Amino acid sequence: MFSNIMVPVDLRHLERMSKSLQAAADLARLYSARVCYVGVSSAEPSDLGHRPEEVAARLSGFAKAEAAKHGHQGASHLVINHDPTTELDKALNDAVEEVGADLVVMATHIPNVTDYIWASHGGTLALHSPVSVMLVRG
Amino acid sequence: MNEQDSTQGIPIPEGAADIIDTDYMIGQDNIEGQVGPFGFDVHNPVFLVSGLTIVAFVFYALALPEQASDVFGWLRPWLTSTFDWFFLGAANIFVVFCLFLIVSPWGSVRLGGKEATPDYSYIGWFAMLFAAGMGIGLMFFGVLEPVYHMAISEPLGVPSPIAEDGTIIPENVEAAKNMGLAATIYHWGLHPWAIYAIVALALALFTFNKGLPLTIRSAFYPVFGEAIWGWVGHVIDILAVFATLFGLATSLGFGAQQANAGLEHVFGIPNNITVQVLLITVITAVALGSVLRGLDGGVKVLSEINMAIAALLLVFVLLAGPTATILADFVSGLGAYATEIAPLSNPFGREDTGYMQGWTAFYWAWWISWSPFVGMFIARVSRGRTVREFIICVLLIPSLVCVLWMAVFGGVAIDQVLNSPTDSAVKAYVIDSYVPELSLFAMLEGLPLATITSVIGIVLVIVFFVTSSDSGSLVIDTITAGGKVDAPLPQRVFWCTFEGAVAIVLLVGGGLGALQAMVISTGLPFTAVLLLMCWAILKGLMTEAR
Repeated sequence: MFSNIMVPVDLRHLERMSKSLQAAADLARLYSARVCYVGVSSAEPSDLGHRPEEVAARLSGFAKAEAAKHGHQGASHLVINHDPTTELDKALNDAVEEVGADLVVMATHIPNVTDYIWASHGGTLALHSPVSVMLVRG
Repeated sequence: MNEQDSTQGIPIPEGAADIIDTDYMIGQDNIEGQVGPFGFDVHNPVFLVSGLTIVAFVFYALALPEQASDVFGWLRPWLTSTFDWFFLGAANIFVVFCLFLIVSPWGSVRLGGKEATPDYSYIGWFAMLFAAGMGIGLMFFGVLEPVYHMAISEPLGVPSPIAEDGTIIPENVEAAKNMGLAATIYHWGLHPWAIYAIVALALALFTFNKGLPLTIRSAFYPVFGEAIWGWVGHVIDILAVFATLFGLATSLGFGAQQANAGLEHVFGIPNNITVQVLLITVITAVALGSVLRGLDGGVKVLSEINMAIAALLLVFVLLAGPTATILADFVSGLGAYATEIAPLSNPFGREDTGYMQGWTAFYWAWWISWSPFVGMFIARVSRGRTVREFIICVLLIPSLVCVLWMAVFGGVAIDQVLNSPTDSAVKAYVIDSYVPELSLFAMLEGLPLATITSVIGIVLVIVFFVTSSDSGSLVIDTITAGGKVDAPLPQRVFWCTFEGAVAIVLLVGGGLGALQAMVISTGLPFTAVLLLMCWAILKGLMTEAR
């Protein structure tokens, strides 16, 4: 049913993603699908790396570890964006096509009052993405 | 089991040898948390200290307005008259240093690594450079300065062509006209852009090539080493936040007064505090929208729109005014600038102190106090350019555009003053009585479709403020987040709103002038800091692959 699952990850907050990572791994095994872990970062140095290459290497390492842990095919894809704070939604929507995903499994927060001001990233992706989006509450 | 990894537009690095090896982790001093439902991620103590100091200074200016006005009102002219040689000399060093980098072998170093590609097209890049750098000043001074220098300030002792009784002295006209343009272009050409280029290049180099966080302190790593992560660095960053926020807030306050004067002039809208507060609110709201849409969706789009409208206005004035004369002015202005730049930049033995201290030293202090903000913004959008391309594009091309702008706006205004001195509105507002905020509208009055062009002028003034305000908020947010460019959105909202609120409080309570004088006074320590930056740039470039 699904062959290529995209999982957006924030390497700083992996503790908030354990459920979505597990769900993605279970689905990958069920459908023998590949899982592509997608990160979005700016080109400026950050706590994840001095250069984009370092961030990409870290994401790749995470993808390998997840693949080894759960026994599925894993890949990673880092999107470099000028302003991730405001352009994350668009970057993720574009990434669906870039990685050729047919399902997105994504962690999302429990709704709160800020959702009336800024829609959640998961909700926005589900609204605009051409593929199925599974949102997993943290 | 890993099948494939990919990165978008990221080349394989040439090697990590040029990254500065530091134990400092970006964000290690940050405090992350929630205020109610809103997340935050701020640097401790830069965020708190700069925020509290700003509030304290606003209270000081409001509680003791006369004392604040006396202190800072005295401080600024004292600095520009005592340290005029320092400002002029340092600015000359910056220009020479930039020109040297163009021809030096380090010109081929690429910001972001050898294989990096530019993030923005030339158009988008130039638009953002201009909008952040000096767009608003071109609107305000484009008419005022050439006329003022031609008729009143007498740079290098070139006599005015207008006699005390208002008649024209024909034999003085040619030299004064050329000097008016040259003396203006001097303030808007190579020197200010060299100041911005130094700061921007230092930050881009130490961020994109050396892997340090995008904050002002990073440029001083070669000077202070690991100490920049301590209080030395905190002080540098806090000063930068301080200069940026007060620079923006006080300009916003004055800008609202100027826009209001324009609205009164064109539409008869009352010129009072209520309208000005409303204008600041509107500008802040639009800037907020722009900040929320981000760098590409908001700031860049608005900058491009602004550039397009400004270009249209420029073309209109060029065609509606005496086109042949203006084009001749452009050529002669450029020639005069080339001839006079050396004597105008000479810091010693000058007798034209009114011009040299009152204008030039003041301008240099002003540009330098703005340089942390503009330089950091330019750095952020300049990844992928070589040092040579960067300097040429940040130094030479904006200078040429400024020459064109000043030649067109100043040329038309000078033409109006000299050809019809009795009924020239420009003469009335610049020479007879000094009402600088109306000088642009006075010049447009002498051309066809004055109402339409004046409205466009007001819109441009307002949108240029928006583009300064939104890029300023991004810069302040990044510095106070310890160099993180992806801090939570509510922080940007906070800084943008805070800046508008400070502007309104100072406008209503008084103190705009005092605090603006204080901001300009920060130009003195920053001048020394910029000289250190030149050395840091050289040190940084020496270890880069060419």
